Amino acid sequence: MSHTEKKIFNADQTRSLEQMFDAKIARDEKIEPKDWMPEKYRKTHIRQISQHAHSEIVGMLPEANWISRAPSLRRKVALLAKVQDEAGHGLYLYSACETLGISREELYEQLHSGKAKYSSIFNYPTLTWADMGAIGWLVDGAAIINQVPLCSTSFGPYARAMVRVCKEESFHQRQGYEIMMTLCNGTQEQKDMAQDALNRWWWPALMMLGPTDEQSTHTEQSMIWKLKRKTNDELRQQFIDQTVPQADIIGLNIPDSDLKYNNETGHYDFGEIDWEEFWQVVKGHGMCNKERISARKNAWDNGEWVRDAALAYAEKQAESQDAKQAV
Amino acid sequence: MKKNWPLWEVFVRSKNGLEHRHFGSLHAPDADMALKNARDVYTRRNEGVSIWVVESKNIKASNPDDNGEMFEPATDKAYRHPTFYDLPDDIEHM
Repeated sequence: MSHTEKKIFNADQTRSLEQMFDAKIARDEKIEPKDWMPEKYRKTHIRQISQHAHSEIVGMLPEANWISRAPSLRRKVALLAKVQDEAGHGLYLYSACETLGISREELYEQLHSGKAKYSSIFNYPTLTWADMGAIGWLVDGAAIINQVPLCSTSFGPYARAMVRVCKEESFHQRQGYEIMMTLCNGTQEQKDMAQDALNRWWWPALMMLGPTDEQSTHTEQSMIWKLKRKTNDELRQQFIDQTVPQADIIGLNIPDSDLKYNNETGHYDFGEIDWEEFWQVVKGHGMCNKERISARKNAWDNGEWVRDAALAYAEKQAESQDAKQAV
Repeated sequence: MKKNWPLWEVFVRSKNGLEHRHFGSLHAPDADMALKNARDVYTRRNEGVSIWVVESKNIKASNPDDNGEMFEPATDKAYRHPTFYDLPDDIEHM
């Protein structure tokens, strides 16, 4: 075979491998880390899973502010448990991502340098206690809608991590809604606080479900690989349809004058989303982008001596063990 | 940082009577810390009664590319299954 022939042969072989690969996914078979996979599959999964992991980790920061300010012990233990879950979810996802051949260190480096993205919602500030309610109710609510379909995604380690995440996350949304409900049953001032939090978090929560289908570049391929089962616009509609009645029940108003139930479609029609704001935040110009990343980086850098000491201790222990055995 | 913490695989027995099952992995400086971290990461809701950790580098895994020679020899041995054998119709359970 000539060099060119060989090249064509290799390309053909890759193409048929890819067809077999896509067929395997279409049959609902899982892909495991050591199986052959197209390079694009590996890269896309590293990008998405790491983005997801980073979002869990950065997502702890806006809430951390309120742990010591929680209004009661009941609220405090719940918020602590929620934040601890988020750390856990980040860790499940990082280890799923590492099975694709990228190291934890590289993943952190990508987050700290700004090369990797995380959910833009965490770049908004948490101004009052009611924000803890709004985040649990809306942000975790939107996250669950995003995540449930991922429990049956094609990459085994990601799907298994998501099953665990989804199981644990349902309490997050309930605790948030309960905070909102309690405020709504309180004084006028408390109710105003809940309404103010809803006003500030509603639109960012809608944006969280991603750009419109027209704008979304990855949808088609992600559908084939089952990284996505529904489009962003479908997920957003589902979120709105389920959330509006929940707001009604506790007497809060969704801050959208165009919001109206459409009898024909059976869905809520809603107003225009400010995508310019979304892209600004994604590009790093949100209110808290710098603060979040520097908090994360500081935590990592300031913990370095602890990590080094733990490893030095472990090595010393292992050495003395070896020495004992030699005697 | 001088070196990164090694990777450990975590196995959890959900309750007595069941086997340890692979739950995931984590980084830790040594086995004791790996156990403690595994407790916090994988069993926050009573998911287990026993945990094993083993450093990932100590696991030798089969290669999926060799699955043919590894596992196919078993596929043509139907006589290893009870349905291979003929029984008179009168016998309902055996």
